[in-house]
Amino acid sequence: MTVAANNIVTLENVAKHFGAVRALDGVDLTVDTGECLGLVGHNGAGKSTLMNVLAGTLTPDRGVMGIHGKDLSGQYSVKVAGENGIRCVFQELSLCPNLTVAENARIFHPSLTGFGWKRRAGRMILAKLDEIFPGHGIQPDDVVGDLSIGKRQMVEIARAFTTTDAPLHLVILDEPTSSLDAVTAGQLLDFVRKVVGQDMSCILISHVLGEVLDYSDRIVVMKDGLVVAARPGKDFTRDSLVAAMGNVVEMDEIQEHDAFEIKRGRTPIVIEAKADGGRDSAPFVAHRGEIIGLAGLASHGQTRMLLRIYDAAMKRSRSTKVEGPVALVAGDRQTDGVFHLWSIAQNIGIRSLPGMVKRGLIDPLAEAAMGREWQERIKIKTPDMNDNILSLSGGNQQKALFARALASDAEIILMDDPMRGVDIGTKLEVYDLIREEAEKGRTFLWYTTETDELYNCDHTYVFRDGVIVADLPRDELSEEKILHSSFKESA
Amino acid sequence: MLAQLTSPKFLRAALPAASFTILLAAIFYVQPRAMSYFGMNLMLQYTVPIALATIAQMFIITVNDLDLSIGAFVGLTACIGATLLADTPVLGVLALTACVAAYAGLGALIHWRNLPSIVVTLGMSFVWLGIAVLILPTPGGTAPGWVKAIMGLKIPYVPFPIVAAIAVGLVVHVALMRSSYGAVLRGAGGNPKAIGRAGWSLLKTKMVMFGAAGFFGVLSGLSLIGLTSAADAHIADRYTLYAIAGVILGGGEFVGGRVSPIGAVIGALTLALTGSFLTFLRISPDWQIGAQGGILILVLALRALINRREG
Repeated sequence: MTVAANNIVTLENVAKHFGAVRALDGVDLTVDTGECLGLVGHNGAGKSTLMNVLAGTLTPDRGVMGIHGKDLSGQYSVKVAGENGIRCVFQELSLCPNLTVAENARIFHPSLTGFGWKRRAGRMILAKLDEIFPGHGIQPDDVVGDLSIGKRQMVEIARAFTTTDAPLHLVILDEPTSSLDAVTAGQLLDFVRKVVGQDMSCILISHVLGEVLDYSDRIVVMKDGLVVAARPGKDFTRDSLVAAMGNVVEMDEIQEHDAFEIKRGRTPIVIEAKADGGRDSAPFVAHRGEIIGLAGLASHGQTRMLLRIYDAAMKRSRSTKVEGPVALVAGDRQTDGVFHLWSIAQNIGIRSLPGMVKRGLIDPLAEAAMGREWQERIKIKTPDMNDNILSLSGGNQQKALFARALASDAEIILMDDPMRGVDIGTKLEVYDLIREEAEKGRTFLWYTTETDELYNCDHTYVFRDGVIVADLPRDELSEEKILHSSFKESA
Repeated sequence: MLAQLTSPKFLRAALPAASFTILLAAIFYVQPRAMSYFGMNLMLQYTVPIALATIAQMFIITVNDLDLSIGAFVGLTACIGATLLADTPVLGVLALTACVAAYAGLGALIHWRNLPSIVVTLGMSFVWLGIAVLILPTPGGTAPGWVKAIMGLKIPYVPFPIVAAIAVGLVVHVALMRSSYGAVLRGAGGNPKAIGRAGWSLLKTKMVMFGAAGFFGVLSGLSLIGLTSAADAHIADRYTLYAIAGVILGGGEFVGGRVSPIGAVIGALTLALTGSFLTFLRISPDWQIGAQGGILILVLALRALINRREG
């Protein structure tokens, strides 16, 4: 292995798989001394996994990890990372909410012990906060749980830059500005430029492309667990960055779906809702028989919108109008979907129980009949519908959940990214089924993280920070447009 | 000033002390003769073992676990104290040390296999009880003289149980709330992932906390036989629930590493007082446990009310 002396980190062919998911599939990455490296990519591109590998919290399955020119593969851990001056500010905050700011600083520094440690820790974190975020208004003895989310993030960032005995070489910032306002985000990014000038290095991961373009010396683009582009920051423009992140859309796919007519306006409105942003947001409208896509980066308010519609259907709501009964197809099968101890038939019948009651009890014959009917229609591969639901493969379990929703009286079907971890054969079958049911007049709201699936939709709403930022009819839909609206113009 | 005094944060911190004071005032109102050195000593004598068991439970709750075996464990250590420790001190000390080590081992097991602590400790409560019955099949034994001497200390002006409870509270407060490793231990309850990411061993924090709980369980058992001078396997069965109630009364929470040693001691004092209070009200012992539960619900409801205002 050849390692230049001024490299802090050299990764070669690093891979990490979680079951069948290839989170990292052979990544090469170097970080030089005194550079700010921007890292961008779509959801699930592998950025966070890569950062966890660097921070020592995940061990890669294979690959070479060189730190300061030494080959440390196989013996890397959180502790080794700390000793080599590598720190990470994780996306989900890692402060202890029950401790004070000073105590949280102490957690990071094993050497802060002895008499008066609290005062020393408090002074250290306060000095760093003053340096990065002047006018922050945080006291060292504030309990973190009482601070606002933005202030917590400021504490976490400042903590990563504090030093005691070990020198600091590289700070990884994973979505550092997600909870900061424009002013503090600017303070942070200016500070990053300043420390980079003092021969420290930073990795900046952000969905705000403007930040990455303006503040990075070099930008690395990841997709599907691979590095697909790595060039100096000034060689990228917003458009070329988006293009590097996205997929090339297969044209056949689009043409195949063009056979659909656009129904908007010809059928009555069944759903009218507003997103969180209130006035800023476009209204969410669904007509009868439409398939509506909910797109955008993960957890930007899509699931919340589905749940709001579900709530509104269960009990009247003033702000949300829903006409007709609804059913939800859960995405997280194991937690929100299947009843683990029940048979397949029981799992399908649960949504339709009121129609299967005979003299106050569930009619087992009706339940079995419904199970058989849907086994036939949706092709659930099992010898016996009375077998336990967990005897099915993941894809077939998901089919059973679709059957539960479709067998019910629901006219509106909400789908919360239901195709996670489902094989392509099952997907195509379910797509056909959805289109068939939509033609019969059912309305589908479909949140998906897979852009290809959106080509099944008549209309796609793109969410960002809980707000609908784009409303794309089928003929205007393209991955590039979705990406463009998913990422902020600037901070 | 007024805003500060009515802020949820202050109210929550003041609730344990306030409920204790109100209960004490009510007792003095009902039975003015209790307001004496001797009266206080009598009313509060059992607070020391309860406070120690409560502190033991608090250590467990700090790391988001629950100990359903502390009562049986205190019973076991009381039996060991009244037999082995009195007859063959070396063997007794060894046995008690083994008890503490067993507790630390339980913590390791719970962390290593990711087991629910409620299940493990519920099972262990029968193990402790069984061993205690083997050691001391019928009530009896004698407490070592030095244990009785310590528990029988007479301190001028202030009753011994109060001094002892304050001392225990302060020592644990310094160890858990002020020391630098104490911050890590509490952090392990607040956000274990963050503690792990910062390079600390979560296994070690669990073992330290369970070991500390075992140590205070032993102290609780010894102080109990110092008062009763004899032991019985079932002597402390009620302590399991007393200890949980004491921690919660003292402002602790079941999850999130939010605990208060001083509060837990005050909670234990409050629990001990409710028994006396109900006796002074001439409520028959048959109803006392139920009435004690009623007082508990009242105080906890108040706290829930304060928390809701905060939320």
